[in-house]
Amino acid sequence: MVDKTIQQDKPILKVRNLRTSFKTGRGTVTAVDGVSFDLYPGETLGVVGESGCGKTVTNKSIIRLLPSHVTMYGDDSVVDYRGTNLLGLQEHQMRAIRGNEIGMIFQEPMTALNPVFTVGWQIEEALQYHTNLNAAQRRTRAVEMLRLVEMPNPEKRIYEYPHQLSGGMRQRVVIAIALCCEPDVLIADEPTTALDVTIQAQILRLMDGLKEKTGTAIILITHDLGVVAQACDRVIVMYAGQIVEMAPVRQLFHNPQHPYTKALLDSMPKPGRVGHQQRLPAIEGTVPSLFDLPDGCRFADRCKHRRDNCEASLPDLVSIGEGTAESKIRCFYPLGDVKESGAAS
Amino acid sequence: MSTTNPSSESKNDDVLVRVENAVKHFPKRGGLLNRIIAKVHALNDVSFTIKKGQTLGVVGESGCGKSTLGKVVIRLHELTSGKVIFDGVDISTMSNQQLRPIRQRMQMIFQDPNSSLNPRMTVETTIKEVIRLHAVVAESEMDATIDQLLSKVGLRVDDKTKYPHEFSGGQKQRIGIARALAVNPEFIIADEPVSALDVSIQAQVLNLMMDLKEELGLTLLFVSHDLKVIDHFCDSMLVMYLGNIVEEMPCEDIHAHAKHPYTRALLSCNPITDPDQRGELTVLEGEVPSPYHPPAGCPFVTRCPLRTTKCETENPPLSDRGNGHRVACWEVE
Repeated sequence: MVDKTIQQDKPILKVRNLRTSFKTGRGTVTAVDGVSFDLYPGETLGVVGESGCGKTVTNKSIIRLLPSHVTMYGDDSVVDYRGTNLLGLQEHQMRAIRGNEIGMIFQEPMTALNPVFTVGWQIEEALQYHTNLNAAQRRTRAVEMLRLVEMPNPEKRIYEYPHQLSGGMRQRVVIAIALCCEPDVLIADEPTTALDVTIQAQILRLMDGLKEKTGTAIILITHDLGVVAQACDRVIVMYAGQIVEMAPVRQLFHNPQHPYTKALLDSMPKPGRVGHQQRLPAIEGTVPSLFDLPDGCRFADRCKHRRDNCEASLPDLVSIGEGTAESKIRCFYPLGDVKESGAAS
Repeated sequence: MSTTNPSSESKNDDVLVRVENAVKHFPKRGGLLNRIIAKVHALNDVSFTIKKGQTLGVVGESGCGKSTLGKVVIRLHELTSGKVIFDGVDISTMSNQQLRPIRQRMQMIFQDPNSSLNPRMTVETTIKEVIRLHAVVAESEMDATIDQLLSKVGLRVDDKTKYPHEFSGGQKQRIGIARALAVNPEFIIADEPVSALDVSIQAQVLNLMMDLKEELGLTLLFVSHDLKVIDHFCDSMLVMYLGNIVEEMPCEDIHAHAKHPYTRALLSCNPITDPDQRGELTVLEGEVPSPYHPPAGCPFVTRCPLRTTKCETENPPLSDRGNGHRVACWEVE
């Protein structure tokens, strides 16, 4: 049995050298290559990157939701959750953790919910599997959960089917299911991408409030830097299967070290008059194919700061600092301190 | 560069597109006799003009009617009532045959390049099809025209024998743009052209569209849910809510000028670009009402922080506040 006491300064989840490969018709492809990070209780860790950078595969590896017959993990890969390596567990052991101690929220709430069961039934299903509550207690708990996620009329809503709810309401149900067993870790994979901005704001506020109440650690996967700025404490930036930069959110936005992070931030249209109707500083070219990765830095051919040795060898991920203030950077020529004041605040 | 100053566009006062009192209802049929049992009020008395060379943005949440608006202008949807006047000619009642020469002058770029390109046609056939349809180029000059088009949108000339699946999302969108430009249109309707793309690719495509707009002197109707993109790209914008235009304003400092409570809410809900701005987010309560049964008065009344009893019964008109700024609200000055 895992120890339930939480120490704030000890990571609850330690990922070390995670390498996830898939067998495909065109040979083996390594979607996640040597990813390591710590997750601390009560924080929101953002994982950001473009499509195909490995952010979803990283998190599906942690909860072991990838098809086992084609997925291979590296020999020295470890996902350490409270002293247990999740990658070494049997499926039935994993099932006791998934949804109970590690909850999940997916991008598209319509496909995450089962269309032929009521909302109440779907919340109670998780409770039935993971708790000893009886039917009446489960029903009470389901109503409580819907009230917690600010669903209007929860007593009536538990009898409704997913198609009777709007997108935002469905996502609230998915969050209620993810949180009903009070998980210590919540993995949210693009939880607001399918929603409108006004509803996105509601859901982000809700997740933040729930984190305060329950102390759950959240891994928030998104492609939207705006969501990162709004909701995260620390951020991992991924590119072509690797972490290229990890930093506290303010430092990342005010003082990005990796040229890719800087370029991503620059390519966002800014509100207001700055640069209105001018060309955006786009990143030329495209992400390299995972089947044909360069030997050197994977960003080298799109990088404005590249020098000769960038294409020859792959830079290591170098750490600076410790704990939640730790930052990491994978670049031979980091950009250095552009704005000292921004990083210090 | 003249693009930095949007007001330079307004010297040219020629109106290219004028939409007058456009109403579009989609009937919902049902029951034993398949009668019309309800109507989606997709557009509710919408009027606006686009001047030659202007880029007009349309922003709003899903279901607000912004895509319908784009489609009625190019007559992919028929209006229930109202008029679309293109370059002085009323096109809302024309037959398909009469429309064809007009359609050559207006083209559309779609959101999802995966579904708007035929997977069984090479780039070359895709582009040839439109050129032949409108007979804009002689058959002998076809190859040269296509090569020129592809290099214009940043694709390689030898890409023309490839099929859509061989391209990335950003490249597919470039093919869509090349197809739209193939018949030398004056007016382009871009329906969420960058929404399906990653940020870095989104910037590439926006830059491309900006360059082409400059080079070819295009007039654009740019539909998007992303206020940041509209603000960056357009000269002025329409904000839509539940089939109504609630505000029209120039994209100059929208933070200072936005008046309608819905526009203000959209601005503050839009994800910030700096973690230090956190906490300023004001969250709009509730959801968009069903378009089958829109509220009797102002469409925004159910979520509006400023609502009064008057708002519940009377829909405010889109009144002119000067400098191309129109607001539909009883409460704001």
